[in-house]
Amino acid sequence: MKKGKKLLTEPKWCKGCGYCVEWCPKKVLSIKHEKVVVENPDDCICCGLCEQRCPDYAIWIETEED
Amino acid sequence: MPSKLVEETMRTRRLPHIWCPGCGHGILMRDVCQAISNLGLPQEEVTIVSGIGCSSRAAGYMNYNTLHTTHGRAIAFATGIKMAKPEMHVIVITGDGDATAIGGNHLIHAARRNIDLTVVVFNNSIYGMTGGQYSPTTPTGEKGTTAPYGNIDGDFDIPKLSEAAGATFTGRGDCFHVPQMVKLIEDGIKHHGFSVIEGVSICPTYYGRKNKKGSAVQMMHWQEDNCIDIKKAAKMEPKDLEGKIILGEMHKDASRPEYCDEYDKIIKKAGGDK
Amino acid sequence: MPNNKQKRFQLLQGNEACVEGAIAAGMRFYSGYPITPSTEIAERSALRLPQVGGKFVQMEDEIAGIAAALGASVAGTKSMTATSGPGFSLKQENIGYATIAEIPIVIVDVMRSGPSTGLPTSPSQGDVMQAKWGTHGDHPVIAICPSSVQDTYNQTVRAFNLSERFRTPVILLMDEIVGHMREGCELIPTEELEIHNRNTNMINSMPYAFGEGQYVPHMTSFGDGHLYNITGLFHDEAGFPTNDNEIAGEENSRIMEKIKVYKYSGILEYEEQQMEDADIGIVCYGGTTRAVEGAIEKARDMGYNVGMFRPITLWPFPEHELIERAKQLKRLIVVEHNYGQVLLTVQGIIKGDTKVEFIGKVNGTTITPDEIVRNIEEGEE
Repeated sequence: MKKGKKLLTEPKWCKGCGYCVEWCPKKVLSIKHEKVVVENPDDCICCGLCEQRCPDYAIWIETEED
Repeated sequence: MPSKLVEETMRTRRLPHIWCPGCGHGILMRDVCQAISNLGLPQEEVTIVSGIGCSSRAAGYMNYNTLHTTHGRAIAFATGIKMAKPEMHVIVITGDGDATAIGGNHLIHAARRNIDLTVVVFNNSIYGMTGGQYSPTTPTGEKGTTAPYGNIDGDFDIPKLSEAAGATFTGRGDCFHVPQMVKLIEDGIKHHGFSVIEGVSICPTYYGRKNKKGSAVQMMHWQEDNCIDIKKAAKMEPKDLEGKIILGEMHKDASRPEYCDEYDKIIKKAGGDK
Repeated sequence: MPNNKQKRFQLLQGNEACVEGAIAAGMRFYSGYPITPSTEIAERSALRLPQVGGKFVQMEDEIAGIAAALGASVAGTKSMTATSGPGFSLKQENIGYATIAEIPIVIVDVMRSGPSTGLPTSPSQGDVMQAKWGTHGDHPVIAICPSSVQDTYNQTVRAFNLSERFRTPVILLMDEIVGHMREGCELIPTEELEIHNRNTNMINSMPYAFGEGQYVPHMTSFGDGHLYNITGLFHDEAGFPTNDNEIAGEENSRIMEKIKVYKYSGILEYEEQQMEDADIGIVCYGGTTRAVEGAIEKARDMGYNVGMFRPITLWPFPEHELIERAKQLKRLIVVEHNYGQVLLTVQGIIKGDTKVEFIGKVNGTTITPDEIVRNIEEGEE
């Protein structure tokens, strides 16, 4: 995980399509019970591909404001 | 709290949206919001007009002036809004059936006028809201609930159709290649004239199931593998382009006058500017 | 430089007077499609609107004609479209849209002979019931029917006012006779008219929020800063679609009720001529009015006590007023250029001893005063 950045999810909005899991270059995510789960947060490089392709806005990178 | 973009540009208390798991429309809707945000347009100066169908439900979720109209008529409503308030950025979100079947006449005539609207067609090649009937962009041979033996109709190429009718900016993006789609929408909004941007979407529920295309993820992989940028396509043999989707800006003509500008000249001629 | 100052008194067609009335009422946008016998409305709008800083656009079809006008209205501009029978049929879906989305608009239908292409240049009043029931689903309607050139001017102003006040489409139901009738008209300037504009004072920043006992939403125009949604689906107070049956039921009822509640606050208008001592009444409207006026004069000379009851607001119908008046009548004759459309309403409300009769014509010719007089005489034999 990059400094000052966070990977966040909103399980209520997730419909479990699996796009984020499939195109995550670092295998950070998985789907459990049809919802996205952040399995390996430390491996996340905050590339943002999951956020771009999530049709349900259920996963995103947040930059912490200082 | 969702992402900053979503928080600012969508009516988040209305989420999750009605679209099926894996539907590409959610991605394309975010792309439109991203493009508007990138351009720094004040939300009150943006109007989203939509018609009827899966695509057109986008308007309700987007935090701008939003008008969800009747089937096929979004571009005609948008024409009235733009003429009444030319300073407004009017963006039409429509679908393949909405824009090119029931609303086909409005599409070609708005193109002919070159009125400054930006039309984003969420093309899922099927009528999703009614359960999977073939549309004007269903490829020949593919199936729908009303084409159980395969579709014998030809299919429209939306950017080509629009260009032939007089659109002065056309392009095609898709829901996999997000930055490219966002850029196309931005350029379409910036273009002072009639812009049509096709966004190739994915309908895993109806189109995918009916045509045995596999899961949403498999359909997205197909899109990833079969979309080719227009610059690369220019160097390829026609036979290698068969069945491929070409992406990019297709046509731009900044020389033709815009409709509202021309009407202002009429008001001047008639003496109504005093 | 063009001289845009209009003379106060002009010799005009009904269709032209409609445009002048509309401009006086504040119309600044017109979109439509050419169709006989309404085309002069488009032509004069094309000429006159840019003179007053307004805009005209000839759309690709009838549906686009009403759709663009609705778009302009959403953006805060008073808008109108005009058509005739076949085009009126095509506009129906978007009339329903205007009703549920509560967008002010004036739709002019200059009736011609039908069904289908019919007799395009001949008079008819065949769209009376279409004006009431044309769009699908339960809906209220305001339809106004002028009978002369001056009346067209005045009633067009009123059509805009009602549309703005109640946020509802108003149908100006003209016919070929009134549309092409040419006579003197006073173009009463805007300053001398009572002009109503829509209420844009939004409640709780919600476009469809209502206080107790309120029926008309207060909505800002697009671009005025409030970001909200308009849809043809049943919607909540924010304008967002809902499947909630309770909200849908309430909304449907409110839209129906708002026209009922305000029926006597400016919506209803009718005219009576020589009804005080009449025992024979004639119901007419629009293009049959002149013939009836002539017939009354002749019949009175012959000793018959005949009077006229003319609904100016055709929908909602002046039911109560006609029922009251009919109490003194032995005969009530409905005269219209159709197979009996207002007749259906009259038959439905007039019970008791008054005999309801009908004179109609559907071959594209007009009913003459003599035909009406003959009918009066025959009934007295």
